[in-house]
Amino acid sequence: MTWSQIATQPWMLWRRQVASILRLELKKSLFSKRAWWIYILTLGPVLITGLHSLLSGRIERGHTMGEDNMIFAGMFQVYFLRLGIFFGCLGIFSNLFRAEVLERTLHYYFMSPVRREVLAVSKYLAGLIAAVVYFVGSVVLSFLFISAHWGPVFQQYLFHGPGLAQLGWYALTAALACVGYGSVFLLTGVMFRNPMIPAAVVFVWENLNPFLPSVLKKFSVIFYLKSLCPVGEIPTEGPLAFLATMTEPTPAWLAIPGLLIVSALVLALAAAKARKLEVSYSD
Amino acid sequence: MTELPYVGQASTPAAGLQTRPRIVFDNVSRFYGEVLGVNRVNLSIPPGITSLVGPNGSGKTTLMNLMAGLIRPSRGTINVLGIPPTRPEELFRKMGYCTQFDAFPKGLTGYQFIYSFLLVHGMIESEAARLTGEALQRVAMTEAADRPVAAYSKGMRQRIKLAQAIAHRPTVLVLDEPLNGLDPMARNETIALFRQFGDEGRHVIVSSHILHEVDRISDEVILLSHGYVVAEGQIQGVRSEVKDQPMQILVRCDKPGLLASRLFEQDHVVEAKVNEDGKGLLVRTRDADNLYLLLNRIVLDNGLEVEAVAPADDDVNSVYQYLIGAEGGTT
Repeated sequence: MTWSQIATQPWMLWRRQVASILRLELKKSLFSKRAWWIYILTLGPVLITGLHSLLSGRIERGHTMGEDNMIFAGMFQVYFLRLGIFFGCLGIFSNLFRAEVLERTLHYYFMSPVRREVLAVSKYLAGLIAAVVYFVGSVVLSFLFISAHWGPVFQQYLFHGPGLAQLGWYALTAALACVGYGSVFLLTGVMFRNPMIPAAVVFVWENLNPFLPSVLKKFSVIFYLKSLCPVGEIPTEGPLAFLATMTEPTPAWLAIPGLLIVSALVLALAAAKARKLEVSYSD
Repeated sequence: MTELPYVGQASTPAAGLQTRPRIVFDNVSRFYGEVLGVNRVNLSIPPGITSLVGPNGSGKTTLMNLMAGLIRPSRGTINVLGIPPTRPEELFRKMGYCTQFDAFPKGLTGYQFIYSFLLVHGMIESEAARLTGEALQRVAMTEAADRPVAAYSKGMRQRIKLAQAIAHRPTVLVLDEPLNGLDPMARNETIALFRQFGDEGRHVIVSSHILHEVDRISDEVILLSHGYVVAEGQIQGVRSEVKDQPMQILVRCDKPGLLASRLFEQDHVVEAKVNEDGKGLLVRTRDADNLYLLLNRIVLDNGLEVEAVAPADDDVNSVYQYLIGAEGGTT
């Protein structure tokens, strides 16, 4: 497609269609009975860190703020990136089309004069907004709660030290995780009736990342995300230690565009698959 | 009614209507795994009301879903007024489809349901609001528009689906069992609406089990059985093609006995039965054209007073029984 062809596409029409689909989809993605377990995934760390702050403020502290920071770094890499955001995005994005099949309402979109690619992108954006609200919100609150009991020391760290920058990187990394996993699970949701099997495959692939050859490493989301974490190496022991290890760190200027490019490619593939999707409500 | 321009897309004159474009199925087959949906369908559907008739599982809904691009053919090609169903962004500017699916997006009122999907079309808010109001009025749902769709009765859900299908003023209206759940008055109003669409030169494709209503509204019928098109065209034409079933002709006259005796002299007359009221004769013949000529002669020779002569079995119900018969199980 040439630039002149791209320029003559009905961008204004697509913008309006995206906006109207977003309006319908956001309500479903943000407030859904189906999403109860996603609320638990997001609220869990907030409650734990909140409780930690509450209890540490009342009883004698047997740790330092640096240790709290390391705990949060571990929580972020092992829980948020590997589990919370991964499974949260699985629930949100693989249901964007699948839930409509289960509720037998997909045909309303398919009977509208909307390019299926526009529909896929609109649904993806709705899912992305919901995922970012959930998980970036959860990361930010957890980060603030875990050290809130340090009072003025924490405020000093946050506003006059590296705290705010770290928080920014955590938030950005969480948002990028939603971008990456969102595109992957949109694709699996369009391609497979049962999203659990491909989800299991993706989960294994992502967690095998440290052991993959360097060429294959680049075809995973976690490869880019780990390089963006503000606290890189966490002293972790036990069977989950490999989840926190980082091999071949990538600079941010490469990791961010790399992840966005991989996500865009996967999203394009999902949109192409959506174009061939049929309405079939039988089991 | 005119087709609507959309924001960001130039409007084009409806030049296609002048050339009377058709809905064309070219050797279309669709299989669900090993199960046959429709097989080797060749159709060219003109504007007007065309009814799809056939028993459950005969392929009516499959044909409509293929036409709308909700499913794809395993073989063959489909063209709706020059647009392949693989391009929904163009097709559904011209097509409205009222499906049999009875589910609705959650949490929407009747008004929001139609309005939201007109916005998805790409319309500006004021235009979408105007067309929503217009569509609700056409299906007599204005008063119930602010109630949640989930609280609607079956008939109301049917009407709101119909409103959604016609809201953007489509050139092609596809309706899968649209009269289901409607009370008699709503049925009459809905049929009048279809008639109006048909008279405006639009394509109205209807599937229905209610054969006497199909008979009332159809310009053409397509009879389906086991995924095959058994017959298509105007119902009288289809009936005349059913050679193995003698035509039934009702003659209302003052001397049916005399008429019967004269008719029995002809080889092509299979049966002649005098009506119970003694003022008519039901004739079964293998050669209707010859019978009409013969009737003229008998009337003149014998001074019969003939009140009416009319075919008695060139309706959809009779043709359906002849071609599909008891296997259909629908009336």
